[in-house]
Amino acid sequence: MSTATHDTQREAPAKPTTTVGKAADYLDQRTSIGVAVKEFARKVFPDHWSFMLGEIALFSFVVLIISGFFLTMFFEPSMALTRYEGEHPASMHGELMSVAFASTLDMSFEVRGGLLMRQIHHWSALIFMASIVVHMMRVFFTGAFRKPREINWIVGLLLMILGLAAGFTGYSLPDDVLSGNGLRITDGVVKSIPLVGSFMSYMIFGGEFPGHHIVPRLFTLHIFVVPGILLALIALHLFLMVLQKHTQYPGGGRTDKNVVGYPALPVYVAKMTGNFFLVFGVLALMGATMSINNVWNYGPFDPSPVSAGAQPDWYMLFLEGSLRLMPGQGTEWVIFGYTLPLNILIPAVVVPGILFTFLFVYPFVEAKVTGDDREHHVLDRPRNKPARTGLGVAFLTAFIILALAGSNDLIATHFHLSINAITWVFRILFFVGPVFAYAITRRICLGLQRKDRELVLHGHESGRIVRFANGEYIEVHTPLDEQERWLRVNYEAPAPLEIAPKTDARGVKRKGYSSDKRWQRLSRFFYEDRVEPVTPAELEAAHSHGEHDQLEDGESGHQAVEAGAGATSREH
Amino acid sequence: MKALAARRHHRLAPVVLLLLALLTTGGIYAALAPSTANAETVSTADIETGKKLFQANCATCHGANAEGTDGVPSLVGVGAAAVDFQVSTGRMPMQMSGPQAQAKPRQFGDEDTAALAAYVASLGAGPAIPTDDQVDAAQGDAANGMALFRTNCAMCHNAVGAGGALSEGKFAPSLWETSERNIYQAMLTGPQSMPVFNDANITPDEKRDIVAFLVEQREGSAGGNALGSLGPVSEGLWAFAIGLGLLIGAAVWIGAKSS
Repeated sequence: MSTATHDTQREAPAKPTTTVGKAADYLDQRTSIGVAVKEFARKVFPDHWSFMLGEIALFSFVVLIISGFFLTMFFEPSMALTRYEGEHPASMHGELMSVAFASTLDMSFEVRGGLLMRQIHHWSALIFMASIVVHMMRVFFTGAFRKPREINWIVGLLLMILGLAAGFTGYSLPDDVLSGNGLRITDGVVKSIPLVGSFMSYMIFGGEFPGHHIVPRLFTLHIFVVPGILLALIALHLFLMVLQKHTQYPGGGRTDKNVVGYPALPVYVAKMTGNFFLVFGVLALMGATMSINNVWNYGPFDPSPVSAGAQPDWYMLFLEGSLRLMPGQGTEWVIFGYTLPLNILIPAVVVPGILFTFLFVYPFVEAKVTGDDREHHVLDRPRNKPARTGLGVAFLTAFIILALAGSNDLIATHFHLSINAITWVFRILFFVGPVFAYAITRRICLGLQRKDRELVLHGHESGRIVRFANGEYIEVHTPLDEQERWLRVNYEAPAPLEIAPKTDARGVKRKGYSSDKRWQRLSRFFYEDRVEPVTPAELEAAHSHGEHDQLEDGESGHQAVEAGAGATSREH
Repeated sequence: MKALAARRHHRLAPVVLLLLALLTTGGIYAALAPSTANAETVSTADIETGKKLFQANCATCHGANAEGTDGVPSLVGVGAAAVDFQVSTGRMPMQMSGPQAQAKPRQFGDEDTAALAAYVASLGAGPAIPTDDQVDAAQGDAANGMALFRTNCAMCHNAVGAGGALSEGKFAPSLWETSERNIYQAMLTGPQSMPVFNDANITPDEKRDIVAFLVEQREGSAGGNALGSLGPVSEGLWAFAIGLGLLIGAAVWIGAKSS
């Protein structure tokens, strides 16, 4: 009965006349999808170009799926031996190789559009990882990982690690010399794990390296397991983003309780579609004009040869660099007949372990040392959290130094340097570089904050010099407008944690004191030096003693002060 | 035959036999031994010119009679191929000391180079300059050349000869600009850090196959710009510089479009 009235009510205004309208109505009558569409179309998203970095990652993943689907039509994941009968390339004709390698050559030279698809797929993989890393940098430096988004930060990290896994498994599939070298390093790293290493290596390769199983196994992981989990986690990542609403940059009127932006339809749907086509276009252009991973240059895998310039794709380069930097002599210990290869264990397991642990625990550590359990939806300007920005830059410095160390041979040949000297410089820089990067970045942030304070208190230099009757010269400063001021005063500068005293009232030592003390020490490291935002009182004081300025534009300046004061008081 | 049999106990028979045996071995050796001396007939005039050039340009380091000095190798027995390689690529005469002599614009023309080579070859037998036929890439088998290159050369020169780093600032140069003759000569004489690949190690035919493979690389990649054929590092660099650069540019552009 009620549905009948509902239907009549709905049909009453106007029956759809166009084909699309009729189809939409047909669908809506059966699924009520209109409710969801209406809800989503009206959802407001904040506007900023850096919010599109994650989109680039998403769209390159779509391109990966489409091109990967094409490649599976022609790739044969088999390590059986065959003789390549194709004419192209001439250097491969008649060579003995695995079926996997032969099918890679075949899809590159015989299948129409096959090489283009392979190259689009590989470039997309590089861009996928690159955009993930840049997106993570945006999230980290703006503090978008704070409550309630810690879980989504973890999901994002898992996505990045799965991206590494997808890249690694795919890179090894063609069974060429270069990827085989990579697998051999993997084998060595697995074997370096104490006690279980050799068993694990036999398990992974189904016997002694390289065996006959690794390519089919990696294929299953690459086209089924890893992308499956990736898809599920991407769905979760986006769902959480919609559920928690998107963060926004600080600015006039933007608070932790609102979202200032435009509705998804039509603005963001149009922008996203445009961005998708641009991503697809750039990737297709790269695939069409720039060669990538010419496996026939390396030849079919054979465990004996290694060519100069053997490196993994860029996102694995930090591991390669870590291995290249580690001194080999004296770091392999034999204890009771068991070898403990610290020369592999430290660079290939411990170093990445430390880097990833930092990323996983950082949001929780920062929340703890800030003593902060409120929700945050307005992003930080990186300068307003000097310690965080410093740590992020230090992390990137370590990562980049490792990646450069992984390219030390190319640096040597291209800049005519000694590879031995480069390696020693990077060994030292790996420890010293991040410390300097932290200190310098933090100083720059504090300096920028002081500049902001200065600007809020005294306004912009106008370049107008005024001479008074008594001969005094001053430069007239124009006060900041409301928006400018909001941006510069609307932040928090948390103080280090205050902890309860060591002993209670009866002089008994308090339980948990030493743990609190450690957290307090860390908190001091974060927040000991800070630049407080300008308070309305300070602003008032600055303007009242700057009466010279008000000679020029007294009234408007005064109004701005009030507006600014209002803005900041809303914050407190 | 009967007369021969009758004289087989003649007291000079062993001497004659010995002479015959020597003649045969000598003859076979002369016929089969690798021709170490310059195949082309060189005139004494050439050698004289070469000697003068040598004394004016090379003797400071290599010694008046090419016997070598402290830390500078003797050139007796290096052969014409070594001289032609070093001089025609501009590596010799060396301009500055460093981890290794580097290729530069050559200082001697063909004639002077040939005279220098003739002079050094006259000091002691060594590998001769390969003939045009020996270095003709069209006659080589690129597939075999690649297999040989992968096992013998790629660990220093990169998979397709783009070059690579060695220790202490030394390096294996890129082979894309190197002439076929110079590639062959380098294998034959092993300049600087490079080992010698003599004809027993890699036969002349196989050397030609390697030349054929390297010449094939000059045609570029089927996939587009080869990006220096340096592998994943240059690919990663271009992914950031071009790919991500364009995409971030596009994002800024879309972001700036009025909403």
